[in-house]
Amino acid sequence: MLLAVFTALLVLLTGCNSLTVLDPKGPVAKTQSNVIIFSMLVMALVLLVVYVLYIYMLTKYRASKAAPDYEPPHVEGSKWLEITWIAIPVIIVTVLSVVTVRSTAAVETVPEGYEDQKPLVIYAASSNWKWHFSYPEEGIETVNYVNIPTHRPVEFRLYSYGPITSFWVPQLGGQKYAMSDMVNKLNLVAEHPGSYMGKNSNFSGEGFAHMEFEALAMSQGEYDKWVKEVKETAPKLTEQEFDSLLKESHVGRKTYTSTHLEFRPAPEGENAGHNHGGSEEADHSGHSETDHSEMNMDHSEMNMDHSEMNMDHTETEDAGHETHGN
Amino acid sequence: MKLDNTLPLEYRSEENSNRIFGFWLFLGAEIVLFSTLFAVYLTLWNRTGNGPSGHEIFEIGPVLIETFLLLTSSFTIGLAINSMRQGFKKATLVFFLITLLLGLGFLGVEIMEFVTYVHEGATLQTSAFLSSLFVLLGTHGAHVTLGLLWGGGLMLQIKREGFTLDTANKSFIFSLYWHFLDVVWIFIFSFVYLKGLM
Amino acid sequence: MKWDEFFVTGEPMIYGAMVSIVVATLAIIIGLTYFKKWGYLWREWLTTVDHKRIGIMYIISALLMLFRGGVDGLLMRAQLAVPENGLLDGQHYNEIFTTHGVIMILFMAMPFVIGLMNVVVPLQIGARDVAFPRLNAVSFWLFFAGAMLFNISFVIGGSPDAGWTAYFPLASIEFSPTVGNNYYSIALQIAGIGTLMTGVNFIATILKMRAPGMTLMRMPMFTWSVLITCVIILFAFPVLTVALALMMFDRMFGSQFFTMANGGMDMLWANLFWVWGHPEVYIVILPAFGIYSEIISTFSRKNLYGYKSMVWSMIVISLLSFVVWAHHFYTMGHGVMVNGIFSITTMAIAIPTGVKIFNWLFTLHKGRIEFTTPMLYSLAFIPIFTIGGVTGVMLAMASADYQYHNTMFLVAHFHYVLIPGTVFAVIAGFYYWFPKLFGFRLNERQGKLAFWTIAISFNVTFLPLFFLGLKGMTRRMYTYSESTGFGPLNLIASIGSVGLAIGFILLVYNIYWSFRYAPRDTTGDPWNARTLEWSTHSPVPEYNFAVVPKVNGLDPFWEAKKGGPALYEDKIEEIHMPNNSGQPVILGIIFFFFGFFMVFSWWVPAIVAGIGVLVMLAVRSFERDHGRHIPVKEILETESRLRGEQV
Repeated sequence: MLLAVFTALLVLLTGCNSLTVLDPKGPVAKTQSNVIIFSMLVMALVLLVVYVLYIYMLTKYRASKAAPDYEPPHVEGSKWLEITWIAIPVIIVTVLSVVTVRSTAAVETVPEGYEDQKPLVIYAASSNWKWHFSYPEEGIETVNYVNIPTHRPVEFRLYSYGPITSFWVPQLGGQKYAMSDMVNKLNLVAEHPGSYMGKNSNFSGEGFAHMEFEALAMSQGEYDKWVKEVKETAPKLTEQEFDSLLKESHVGRKTYTSTHLEFRPAPEGENAGHNHGGSEEADHSGHSETDHSEMNMDHSEMNMDHSEMNMDHTETEDAGHETHGN
Repeated sequence: MKLDNTLPLEYRSEENSNRIFGFWLFLGAEIVLFSTLFAVYLTLWNRTGNGPSGHEIFEIGPVLIETFLLLTSSFTIGLAINSMRQGFKKATLVFFLITLLLGLGFLGVEIMEFVTYVHEGATLQTSAFLSSLFVLLGTHGAHVTLGLLWGGGLMLQIKREGFTLDTANKSFIFSLYWHFLDVVWIFIFSFVYLKGLM
Repeated sequence: MKWDEFFVTGEPMIYGAMVSIVVATLAIIIGLTYFKKWGYLWREWLTTVDHKRIGIMYIISALLMLFRGGVDGLLMRAQLAVPENGLLDGQHYNEIFTTHGVIMILFMAMPFVIGLMNVVVPLQIGARDVAFPRLNAVSFWLFFAGAMLFNISFVIGGSPDAGWTAYFPLASIEFSPTVGNNYYSIALQIAGIGTLMTGVNFIATILKMRAPGMTLMRMPMFTWSVLITCVIILFAFPVLTVALALMMFDRMFGSQFFTMANGGMDMLWANLFWVWGHPEVYIVILPAFGIYSEIISTFSRKNLYGYKSMVWSMIVISLLSFVVWAHHFYTMGHGVMVNGIFSITTMAIAIPTGVKIFNWLFTLHKGRIEFTTPMLYSLAFIPIFTIGGVTGVMLAMASADYQYHNTMFLVAHFHYVLIPGTVFAVIAGFYYWFPKLFGFRLNERQGKLAFWTIAISFNVTFLPLFFLGLKGMTRRMYTYSESTGFGPLNLIASIGSVGLAIGFILLVYNIYWSFRYAPRDTTGDPWNARTLEWSTHSPVPEYNFAVVPKVNGLDPFWEAKKGGPALYEDKIEEIHMPNNSGQPVILGIIFFFFGFFMVFSWWVPAIVAGIGVLVMLAVRSFERDHGRHIPVKEILETESRLRGEQV
């Protein structure tokens, strides 16, 4: 139902096509674009009410138009008027809240109609001012570009070898942070083949402005062809090569036939950046000592299972509540 | 100056009563400060990296001594204010002295505790848990240290001037501060040590 | 450390700045010596504990910082005006947007608001000073020390470069190895302590020092807004204190709070920062609401519509301001639940804010609206701020925020909130209360010219940014390629920023011109206003009121003018006032050096300065200063002189 209303509104607003965010090429971005347009219309209505009242007051009650002996009355306020302008905003906020929660739930999961397909998992890691994309299923790794099949859900798993970055392909969907001690998941689907701008949107230092990549969506057939081609031509990604890549500020496009996940797992599951101490520590202590000398930290020394990691996040929220509770 | 003689000396002038009110507000801010430090500690307490956990380094002995010293000092500063209200200068000074000595004792034990931790390889730099532990305890300890200097100065002033609007007001405010530090310690005792030892 | 690391080198613009700093300092020193003004400066200003003079010093500092931050802004706009511009390199641009943000919020908006608070609040409540005049001076000098310390980072050691939010791990020693972020943590800490003391001081002042008869619900709206603001300060600033202290420990003592290894947690910084940072927005916006309430009521010649709901809406806003912080990082990967809750609390703020907007509109209703300069700013605020408000609601929707976050849309939004909200308000308040301080009004014709230039240029500068955001331009990019298509809109915005600069220059010219040529106001009430501050002389004598007023209702001065109960019935008696003191300014100087040594980790001098601070505290503790009494004869003389009679 809601979606139908959105679509109708969208048709009315096709003029917005030069605005990337309102020119979606996938269901996630489309949901977001619909929410944006819907909220814009509601807000335009609010603005209209305020502006009409404003212009009315300013034209009607200016001193230059008033009678010379006009003495403005003493008005305390009006219960009913005040109830009105509390009640109507409450209704608007309630409607927007429902839309927000629903659409947020929608963009956080695999888009409608794609639930049955197994998503293509791509790890996207940032280091300095470049992006590394690992395809564990295919055993492929690319740098600064990512190819994806259309009409197939893609699950990006985001993390960072350094400052917080934010993975964003506006025409496919909204962004999400990549951080060093945990993996964030972002579900995207491309429904139209094409080349889309992707970038880091979270400031991460000197080379931030150039931290872009190309997201190329192609049909499943073409995608398979590309995978095959890579397998035949590209070199393997060695640990040495990866370490030297990490140190670079910027590099061009690169393609490899193996992923860095094999020797440098992502900070998820037992590799997440939380640590208990305890017995497992001994197993890793030798490993961690060698890694400490390197600039780019190794996450493998850290251990904690996934459920506990999630628990820990709730705790952060609680901690915050505690602070303002005083 | 308008004085309301029905009130105790420390509240008697308008300035005095404003100062006490202002200090309560300041303590409100201090509560937020310590709450934030506790929130940080509780967020990081199990993020021990390669360092030891609380369970491994905490020892109940020194902590109990610290608790005993600080709680007693809170009692004696109360006695000091009570003597002040009755105008016993000498008794006030004696209770003040006992309070500060107990505070000094507390600080001594805390410093020894820190030294032990460092010897065990648990330093500020070791892990997020230890960073938050040292900063939380250190902030409290720094407050106690400042309190010792402040209290010492006040003793000199009481000795020199007796009980005046100024000295009575300052002593009362100091007692509020000292009680506050005691309350913070109770939270540290429960949420840091007991939680860590459990 | 070598000298070429100590001073920032290699940039012609910075050499220029160094030269101009040295020249300006020399000019001030020579000028003061030549005109023999050192004694005057020391006696009347540096050592003052008078809330009005402290307020003026806050406002002057804020204006200076407005120009420093404004130049930063202009440089950013100049760099972005065309694609692939080479005016600034990445590092320099990063430093400039960082200092722009920090300076505008913490060293411009806050002190300007606090300056007006200082000037107006004691007068509005019929008090002779704030509750703790000496502490008030300490607050100012700590703020000033912090502001100066932050500003010298520009030429000595390098500015912070991780954004005004200083997110970790970017702001850690690993990714930001210069001393820039040390300046951030220490300068903000020093200024922040000053702000916290201001909060304590004004809560005590407002709650304990009101004139007889002024109940809470008879307080002018500006005083109400300040009270609520100070409560927010009291609860929010300690969080900043902790966050900055942890930052300092991480950067300078190797602790592991926000690091990437050993259990550190980068999101903890973001949480702490915004637990303070969001209330901070309301610290600068609520007093603005108070200012607008006073001005709109005065120039509509009507009492404020819905007084009670105005008060309650501010209280609700202040409470909500503490439970929305996570909307600054919806994209951090919280679940739907957390994002949903924070979306709803955030949008809920629109409700009390809307109440205020409608109350202002209905204050205008049946009024007799006069378009003076302060009124023009207040009226411009309503439509422009509403755009800022509704885009805020749009940003609050988590799913949509995934697309707005970190983009120019967000930048446009908060400028649409903060400029018409805070900046217009402080300018309006400045025009409005200026005659109270100096005894003459600023020229209206020039004031209106400056207003129109600023208001129009503001929209030209920031409206395009909404569209740039939707086109996918992220904030904090120092350059972009032509193929992005960001060029034309950026150029428009940059042209607008030049207009803004011209507007502010006109404003300064207006002040200069009015000081020289404006006619004196002898009434003390040039605007025909309503509240107590207008019932005393302009400029206000140091004791504010010769006789403490008696208050019988809202807008007591207006009622008195209309034949209501008289304000002043008591006889003049001698007045007790605090003495000036050099201790606050000395304390400020010591704190400045303490901070400076800390920034460079020069421990021995830092410890010496730290002991200096303790010594100053001890000196104050052992001091017995009970102020002085102004005799009746002197009061009578001052009063008749201020009425314009020859003595």
